[in-house]
Amino acid sequence: MQVELYERIWMWAAAGIIVLFLGAIGLGAALQAIEPPGHLETVDPTALADHAEFGAPAVTTRDDGAIVVPVVATMFSFSPDPIEVPANHPVTFRVTSGDVIHGFDVVGTNANVMAVPGYVTRFTVTFRRPGEYLIVCHEYCGVLHHNMVGKLIVK
Amino acid sequence: MTGRHTLAATHIGVAIAAFGVASAMGVLQALSIADVQFPLRSESYYYLAVTAHGVLMALVFTTFFIMGLGYVFAQESLGRMTGRRIAWVAFWLAAGGSVMAAVTILRGQSTVLYTFYPPLQAHPLFYIGATLLVVASWIWGGVMIASYRSWRREHPGVPVALSIHGMLATIIIWYLATFGLAIEVVGMLIPWSLGLVDKIDPLLARTFFWWFGHPLVYFWLLPAYVLWYYVLPQVAGGRLFSDRLARMVFILFVLLSTPVGFHHQFADPGISSGWKLIHTVTTYAVLYPSLVTAFTVIASLEVAGRMKGARGLFDWIGRLPWSDPFFASVALAMIAFAFGGFGGAINAAYAMNAMVHNTAWIQGHFHVTLGTTVALSFMGATYWLLPRLIGRELRMLPLARLQPYLWFAGMVLFSTSYHIAGLRGMPRRVYSGTLTGEYGESWQALTVVAAVGGTILFLSALAFLIVVVATWTTGRRIQPPPPFEFATALQPPATMGLWDRFGLWTAVAILLVALAYVYPLLTLLAHPRYGSPRFQPF
Repeated sequence: MQVELYERIWMWAAAGIIVLFLGAIGLGAALQAIEPPGHLETVDPTALADHAEFGAPAVTTRDDGAIVVPVVATMFSFSPDPIEVPANHPVTFRVTSGDVIHGFDVVGTNANVMAVPGYVTRFTVTFRRPGEYLIVCHEYCGVLHHNMVGKLIVK
Repeated sequence: MTGRHTLAATHIGVAIAAFGVASAMGVLQALSIADVQFPLRSESYYYLAVTAHGVLMALVFTTFFIMGLGYVFAQESLGRMTGRRIAWVAFWLAAGGSVMAAVTILRGQSTVLYTFYPPLQAHPLFYIGATLLVVASWIWGGVMIASYRSWRREHPGVPVALSIHGMLATIIIWYLATFGLAIEVVGMLIPWSLGLVDKIDPLLARTFFWWFGHPLVYFWLLPAYVLWYYVLPQVAGGRLFSDRLARMVFILFVLLSTPVGFHHQFADPGISSGWKLIHTVTTYAVLYPSLVTAFTVIASLEVAGRMKGARGLFDWIGRLPWSDPFFASVALAMIAFAFGGFGGAINAAYAMNAMVHNTAWIQGHFHVTLGTTVALSFMGATYWLLPRLIGRELRMLPLARLQPYLWFAGMVLFSTSYHIAGLRGMPRRVYSGTLTGEYGESWQALTVVAAVGGTILFLSALAFLIVVVATWTTGRRIQPPPPFEFATALQPPATMGLWDRFGLWTAVAILLVALAYVYPLLTLLAHPRYGSPRFQPF
């Protein structure tokens, strides 16, 4: 295939840019474990009230010192609310939904996932700055979707 | 109306009508988000408008326009249309299905947005109407392929016109994409909405939706690319810079546009990070054909400028026909895509996505891409098509000349402010952006700017509609209608090459989709899962 010189240069440059982008993402994933949630765990969304962890979700500190926050999103609130966690300590969230799909986004941080009924979204994040954070639902979940907010307090 | 093109013109007329209704829904949303009070404003109507706007713009306007455009190219580039009668059947199926779905939306029975994620449940006729629209588009694809095969029998070994090459690529992508959608809608949503099954798996449905949802973007974009490669250089007075690379670009889209859906599900549970990373790689790879397009199309325009006597480095830009409504629309659409493409690279960035996922950034993003790159290309194409299709001279030319610039200006305000609001954490699709506390305050000024942009966009849409209606009803008749003229390449291909082998590339594309989806889907299916009952909180 005959390709004009300038266009050939451009095509190599374009490929180079893409390799560069992917390289940055790959390094972040490999060296710093910067990655999205990815584990598969199911839970019965119609029986959350009787569930040991999600029945009355509360921040817990496990024996090994790990801080775990189960979160249940339902129309149109989050539970627990507010959520209180320490600063500079890894916090593992376990998020699910009791009805439709919701979002769980701690504004101003990279804690931003979906709450899907029947599944547990697990991710770990460390909050560096103490303060109060707004939690918003960012997936349309019904007529009062825009009112679905919560609070995270980092101490 | 010239008989040969009645079918195409009818499709484009329906597309524009859907666009008009959807535009009105759009401006009302922008005002509501900015917390502007107006009569009948309510939460229910807001989310109803979001649904109607999404369905009418993303599914009805685009599908009808693309079907119409395909028929134009079959007629002009192949000199035939095999199965005209069945194509009319498809038209009525599509129209009937669209009306069915639209009525359930407007009656407030299907406020599930255009993504219709279960366990939100719409009226059964919403899903059935959407299915009819898709089935009609399958028939359209069949008519296009049959026309091509008929032509091919008479022209063995001859490279087909680039327009048909691009439309065939579009159709293959559409079949690959809607396979996933059909599993979701026919296999899951329709039985569930009719009460035949009690429960549905939201994650499985969502995964099939995004199997469809991203290649859907290329179903919209590739016909726009056909216009850029095959019409724009001609209107600008130049030549297509590289025919071979254009063919390669369309084939790369066939290969890469579908195995990418997990980049819409980075924030989802149940799909492993490794598979999300694999879809990240394919997503970045699909940037490549667009980067090549940027060079080829701009080089074609430079050729046009130089053929008109331009010298120096940038002289050629000023010699382009900026007052031609088709040219201006497409040129502005391309500028928008430069920004939209970089935004897309951020959305696709595996972990960086967490900063923008489902924020107002996303609505900013797809309004520069779909809402400008595609929609403005189609509006511009309408100015070029109408006189040729219906044999009437364009009315109100000054308004048509102004309209693309108005759209672009409105979109700069609208999209930029939502991009920034999204970075500040404002969620997308909210009835009002004025949530409590300091965040609401930092979003509010931006939502007002976006509302101003949205109003300008609506005025531009109105200008477009006025020109179209005036032309259609009172445009001066021209007999014969102006001819369709397409761009010739600097070096037209003499023989078929590797990039003309559609059978081969379709097989590779199917293999790539299977590699990308079969294993993660089996993992999900093998795991014990609970279903969800229906919810209708609207």
